[in-house]
Amino acid sequence: MKYLYYPGCSLEGTAREYDISTRAFMAAMGAELTEIEGWTCCGASAAEAVSELLTLVLPARNLALAEGMTPPGRDILVPCSACYLNLRRVEEKTRGSHDLKDRINEALAVEGLVYHGGTRTRHLLDVVSRDLGAAAVARRVVRPLTGIRVAPYYGCQCLRPYAVFDDPEAPRSMEPLIAATGADLHPWTMGSKCCGASHMNTKMEVGLKLVGAILEAAQGADAVVTVCPMCQINLEAYQRQVARQTGVAGTMTILYLPQLLGLAMGLSPEALRLDLNLAVTGGFLEKFRQTATAA
Amino acid sequence: MALAEDTAIDLSSMPEAASALADIRAMVQPCIQCGTCTGSCPNEFAMDLTPRHMWRLVLLGRTEDVLASRTFSLCSACYMCTLRCPRGLPLTEAIGRLKQLAARRHLSHLRSGDLFYRNFIASVRRHGRVREMEFMGLYFAQMMNPWLPLRYADMGMRLMRRGKVTLQLPSRGGGGLNRLFEKVAEMENRS
Ligand code: SF4
Ligand code: SF4
Repeated sequence: MKYLYYPGCSLEGTAREYDISTRAFMAAMGAELTEIEGWTCCGASAAEAVSELLTLVLPARNLALAEGMTPPGRDILVPCSACYLNLRRVEEKTRGSHDLKDRINEALAVEGLVYHGGTRTRHLLDVVSRDLGAAAVARRVVRPLTGIRVAPYYGCQCLRPYAVFDDPEAPRSMEPLIAATGADLHPWTMGSKCCGASHMNTKMEVGLKLVGAILEAAQGADAVVTVCPMCQINLEAYQRQVARQTGVAGTMTILYLPQLLGLAMGLSPEALRLDLNLAVTGGFLEKFRQTATAA
Repeated sequence: MALAEDTAIDLSSMPEAASALADIRAMVQPCIQCGTCTGSCPNEFAMDLTPRHMWRLVLLGRTEDVLASRTFSLCSACYMCTLRCPRGLPLTEAIGRLKQLAARRHLSHLRSGDLFYRNFIASVRRHGRVREMEFMGLYFAQMMNPWLPLRYADMGMRLMRRGKVTLQLPSRGGGGLNRLFEKVAEMENRS
């Protein structure tokens, strides 16, 4: 399987391990990624607060670049939920509106680009759960994560507003994948609750409340698994402040989905760059070590 | 942060606000005031107006009350209200429009969010991609709020140790997006 790849800005900075582990996992699954040449920022959550047209033109620039890549016809794989929604929104909105496409193309003309509307943007979780599938992951598992309990955290923007691959309120697409690794599922209802997104930068007290509730419900799990760099950093970077506010002490391991799947498939913690994560506990690593002797 | 003071907005100084709000009103016109949006919102606990109440004021054309509230700026775009609204209204998008309206006015009680977004976008404009350290630095400097960075010092140190943020990053991506930004501004001013 071949995909175009849009990493997005976070995956070059605070979420480098998401980029590295996504590439390593996809390669191990036999899928081929080609980075979109000359890609630029999709506008994140900031463009929407500043300008409506910019919210569409910034992602559309990347879609136009994707259309220029050869061979044509490959889906665009996006690991970041915010980037995914921004790119996908342009596809959804221009499908019914030639006027909008013309407006976008008027702006893109200064860059010598045209967006025709022929792209298909897919979230990483969509591709892993539906194109690759849990069975294909299970076939490659060499180190079952027996005894490790995992809470799947989906967040918002890979599920809503466009319900493409999962139930937008009660998502379950990660469950067969977790089962494939041999890990246990931490049953909870917080998987699709909001982490506060950029509140941590602008309204930290509010963000801490939302993150606190998620971390509290995760107690009893050995790790929370995410599919978005914004969710990941919100859950991993402020655990001390959350502990001070809620009294829920202790660190919780927060991993990206391809890191968890990769570990079970025999990729090393070094190759998956677990050293770059901000919250991986000694307890988790010890349990992971024990899976080697069990296997 | 001076959140409370200076929130009274003089409408005579913002002539286009009323018409922009009229567009937003059209988006939520079919609202039946059922309150599903309020019950779905994870940030409702911190809002001064509930989402349902805010939409009511939008429908009544009470621009000044809507813009003086913190409600729309507390939306984290989780899309739960958009998903559940029984009238299928594009609520998260309508809130985006309110944020844009406020950003154009630089409302002082929303200053921290506004500066954050503007610095972020300025970084994109210069480099094509976000250079996280640069825009955070600008943001803190402009806030002139010396205790604010301290909340992030712990995270900043951990990011730095892992080489995730550096003080100088090489220029990457498509270079700057100045022309594209200028074109978009020109088109928006025209309409
Ligand atoms: S959920 Fe929709 S119809 Fe109900 S109050 Fe909110 S905006 Fe109005
Ligand atoms: S999209 Fe915004 S207003 Fe709607 S429920 Fe989510 S946070 Fe609340």
